[in-house]
Amino acid sequence: MSPNLRIALRFLTARRRAMFMSLIGIMVGVGFFIVTQAQTSGFEDFFIKTILGTNGALKIEDRLQATLFPMEADGADGHSDFLVASDGNKKIIPGVEDPARISEAVRHFKNVSGVSIVLEGTATLATNVSGATAHVQGVNIADHLAVSDLSRQILQGSLADFRIVPTGAVVGSILAARQKLHPGDSFTLEWNGALRRYRVSAIFETGVSDIDRVRIYVHLPEARSLFQKPTGASFLQVNLFDPGRAREDAVRIQEVIGHVVAPWQKREKTWLDVFRALRLSSAITVSTIILISGLAMFNTLAMVVMEKTKDIAILRSMGYARADIARIFIWQGAIVLAAGAMAGCVLGAAATYGVSKLPIRIRGIFSTDSFVVSWSLSHYVAAVLIASVIVMAASLIPARRAARLEPGDVIRGTSQ
Amino acid sequence: MSTPVAANAVIRCENLHRHLGHDAGRVHVLRGVSFEAERGLVHAIVGPSGCGKSTLLYQLGLLDKPDDGRIWIGGELVSNSSDELRTAARGRHLGFVFQFHFLMLEFSALENVMMPMRKLGRLNEAAMAERARHLLGEVGLGDKTHRLGTELSGGEQQRVVVARALANEPSVILADEPTGNLDQKNSTMVFDLLARLARENGQAVVLVTHNPEIAKRSDRVLSMRDGVFV
Repeated sequence: MSPNLRIALRFLTARRRAMFMSLIGIMVGVGFFIVTQAQTSGFEDFFIKTILGTNGALKIEDRLQATLFPMEADGADGHSDFLVASDGNKKIIPGVEDPARISEAVRHFKNVSGVSIVLEGTATLATNVSGATAHVQGVNIADHLAVSDLSRQILQGSLADFRIVPTGAVVGSILAARQKLHPGDSFTLEWNGALRRYRVSAIFETGVSDIDRVRIYVHLPEARSLFQKPTGASFLQVNLFDPGRAREDAVRIQEVIGHVVAPWQKREKTWLDVFRALRLSSAITVSTIILISGLAMFNTLAMVVMEKTKDIAILRSMGYARADIARIFIWQGAIVLAAGAMAGCVLGAAATYGVSKLPIRIRGIFSTDSFVVSWSLSHYVAAVLIASVIVMAASLIPARRAARLEPGDVIRGTSQ
Repeated sequence: MSTPVAANAVIRCENLHRHLGHDAGRVHVLRGVSFEAERGLVHAIVGPSGCGKSTLLYQLGLLDKPDDGRIWIGGELVSNSSDELRTAARGRHLGFVFQFHFLMLEFSALENVMMPMRKLGRLNEAAMAERARHLLGEVGLGDKTHRLGTELSGGEQQRVVVARALANEPSVILADEPTGNLDQKNSTMVFDLLARLARENGQAVVLVTHNPEIAKRSDRVLSMRDGVFV
């Protein structure tokens, strides 16, 4: 053990209570930081998981067509019929005209794990109870299960039934509840005067109320018949092995297939910004606890320096350099920081575990019946890093003051 | 003009000047002091309060910088060296005994004596502890090595300080009123200790004292008045 560390350890006992309070402050600050980050990140991660499981990582929709415009050229008659395509003036043609070809092309991208062709339209649902507007999505169920968590979102009925019943439908939970629909019940969908009857195969819940209130899945051929659209698709839903790369993949795929490709980060920007703001806000709020602990540490060390001026003078007379004196006080800060940060990490982990067991029913943007937490090493690293910066900065000032003390002045002040 | 240098002088200063205070309160405390201390001798500096005795001692101990003049320790000019070199020179060559003990009270007697050795780093832990025990035995505290500073009497604390001053085998021991806070019995004991150990180890002792008994028993007595030796 270095002499400086040995002295620092002993000096810590000089103001045991104040040091202990600083340690408690650091522990609470670090612990709270971890648990708040675990919660906000947990909900954010869960939201992302929900939207990925519902709407996929990428949505390929409208076709982009470069518009042509005439450019003057020196023709024989003085007029020009020379046309050029311009990236700046692209025309958007709604929907996907040749979904099979686009789907095949997209599957060649390395990160793509699945593609589902979706034909979407709004129809009027009618049951014995009443009527409602429904957003009908026609899908190939095998493909769609590869790009969504629909299989895990089934509350009642079964997808097996849906697979074998050509007029089967999978209905959103809120819509089903309002229309008092249960598996086996039938209902009609009406579009543009044409009426078709369907049977409820299953009821699903994504937790996203905007979806659960209106969405109905039917088989793709049925949707084509209902909306009288024998070819084409409204959009393609794409899933990725690494959804984190959705932005980059969207750019590349759009470049290749000439359709608008929307990554989930862009589609859900509003909610993601809300989560980010919440995470940042809680981090700043909880960091104030660490800041206050840092101020307490500063205060305690400043007091120790004042009390230990004689000891500092003795050490200097023995050959301890200014840097040694500074290190003795920095060590004290570091020891309290290390103990506080370690205890804070334990507290944070315990609190995170405890919070994850708290019951809370949330429906709206996702579905959960308990607090959702995220276990991430980055929360612990960030908490310890913030505490380290604050506490070490707080220790540095008294340490520098201690190092600047002139032993002659101290001894003269005492002895004369 | 330089004075002739004694062959066994271990510490020497020449024409030291030092002012203390600021503005109207500025006082010329040392007014061109020259001095040298020889191995194995006890040098007593006496004089009235405020004449500059302690200031001279702090200058010799490199705890303070002179405004003018030069200091040599072991033939090395150190008065204008950097703080790091002066600090290192203190650790190697000097031992201090102060009037108010200046024991580090959170540490045991043994740890206090080991403190300068730990910094110097010449010995391993076991050798340091062994030497500290030996020194504490020399000052009559062999049975109190593990007592904290707070558990020792004033006389015992001062004896620990003497042992600590000797820890790194310094060539010079500087003592500022080492017996000033002690009763007659303890004063005699501490002085005898300093004088004996200095003679045995060939160390120069420079002590500042108001005690005429102590001064009388020293090998050399130097009187100071108004910042100069008289």
